Amino acid sequence: MYGGFWQKVADLDRRWIYLVIGLATFIPVLTYIRVPVSITSEVSAVYDKLDSLPRGTVVMVPMEFGPSTMAELQPMATAVLRHCFSRDLKVISTALQIEGVILVEQVLRETAMEYSKNYGVDYVFLGYKPSPDMVILNMGENFRNSFPRDYYGIELDSLSMMNGISNYSNTACIVNINATSGVDYWINYANGRYGADLALGVTAVIATDYYAFLHSGQIFGLMGGLKGAAEYERLIGRPRDIANRAMTSVSVAHVFIILFIIIGNAAFFANRRKDRS
Amino acid sequence: MTVAAFLTLCIFSFLYRDNPFYTFAEHLIVGISAGYWVAILYHTSLTDLWIEPLVASVRDFGNPGGSMIARGGMIVVNIMPGLIGLLMFSRFFKKTSWISRWPIAFYLGVSAGVALPLFLQSFVIRQVAANMINPVGVARNMAADLTVLVNYGNSTLLFWQGLGQIIIVLGCICGLAYFYFSAEHKGILGGAAKIGIWILMIGFGATFGYTVMARISLLIGRFNFLMDWIAAIGDYFKV
Repeated sequence: MYGGFWQKVADLDRRWIYLVIGLATFIPVLTYIRVPVSITSEVSAVYDKLDSLPRGTVVMVPMEFGPSTMAELQPMATAVLRHCFSRDLKVISTALQIEGVILVEQVLRETAMEYSKNYGVDYVFLGYKPSPDMVILNMGENFRNSFPRDYYGIELDSLSMMNGISNYSNTACIVNINATSGVDYWINYANGRYGADLALGVTAVIATDYYAFLHSGQIFGLMGGLKGAAEYERLIGRPRDIANRAMTSVSVAHVFIILFIIIGNAAFFANRRKDRS
Repeated sequence: MTVAAFLTLCIFSFLYRDNPFYTFAEHLIVGISAGYWVAILYHTSLTDLWIEPLVASVRDFGNPGGSMIARGGMIVVNIMPGLIGLLMFSRFFKKTSWISRWPIAFYLGVSAGVALPLFLQSFVIRQVAANMINPVGVARNMAADLTVLVNYGNSTLLFWQGLGQIIIVLGCICGLAYFYFSAEHKGILGGAAKIGIWILMIGFGATFGYTVMARISLLIGRFNFLMDWIAAIGDYFKV
């Protein structure tokens, strides 16, 4: 019976596991149980940097995410933009991932509207151009090399915010929110070639790859996935926003996944012992 | 919104088993993505970066004043990128497919030339430099912080930062030792390689954990969308 039980566990139809994980994720969405979210030093470094900038400083917030990663990065982008606009920082943004151009434009426009910010005065959206590596390199010389006009077709020189702003050296820092491997281009060219202060907001899948750059000082901050977004929301004083509300589901789902891993390993070792005997 | 919710449910249906609804949604996203790419590329890149500069340079050629050679040269400069791009399409014809190797070689050559020195600097040299710690300085800071911790119960975290630095450096060396196959993994090298395996496994575990969080986050995003859709339907019927 002992062997039979563990054999049944090992042979369990995976669709039951999908169902349990689905319910474990969905049910907390219906409830509003708050879980504590601890703030890590790498996220607070981004917050502290933006918070220390004088009002009216120009920062770059390039955003490269699409529909497949917007669940993680849109809350992060919204939190960072809310922080920038609440501090009256001026934002230059691009969207170098083609699937996300409209999403990024929507996030930027809607967040700016919340703070009654005016286009061309408080923020500029440059849009998309292909070959992100060449675009990032070109922007280090002059934004107008790659973007003679912005996303809406307006000449950059006619936008009051772009007066005296030529390249990265005229911005205080770059907070790149990126779901692609294009992060490497920002590290290589914006920071490596032009020495721009760079922080990253990336999906959790690739976040572990960039701790090495945090350690080496090539980036000054790192926000990873929905947890990073939740931390930033707490820092800007919005603990009821979407990323924080999702932390309950994340925690419950993780507990169930750990449980299944333990049960699966127990079944594996029990069956292996039974096979050996 | 209803269409998006229907397509979300079509994709979720694959969890039960493969079915025509899932196949339909899969093909639809591929087709729409291709069409969307073409539209965005035309409006943001083709017109801005090729067609308009080319038209402007042709128009300028007819204008009096300035060097004719310079104005003609600008037409050549603006037409070349388009020609090189068009040569890529020769790939579709068997007899002329060899021509497409030239624009590919040009693009790869430029990208490699630009990327190589900076990749070496950012991904190798800066990383190696970060792993070069001053052992005397680190040991002194750790000793000082440990004294504060023991005597006063507080910590300036220098001890833990120093310990972290030591672990990173030793972990890096042991991880690299695992991948050194020119000598047998025996003795000190063997011991370092075994520690390196553990370091690598811990790293992979951290990456796996983060990946699980990422996938669950995407699922939560879809559930939030479905909840918003249900709420919107409820509001519609209430009115």
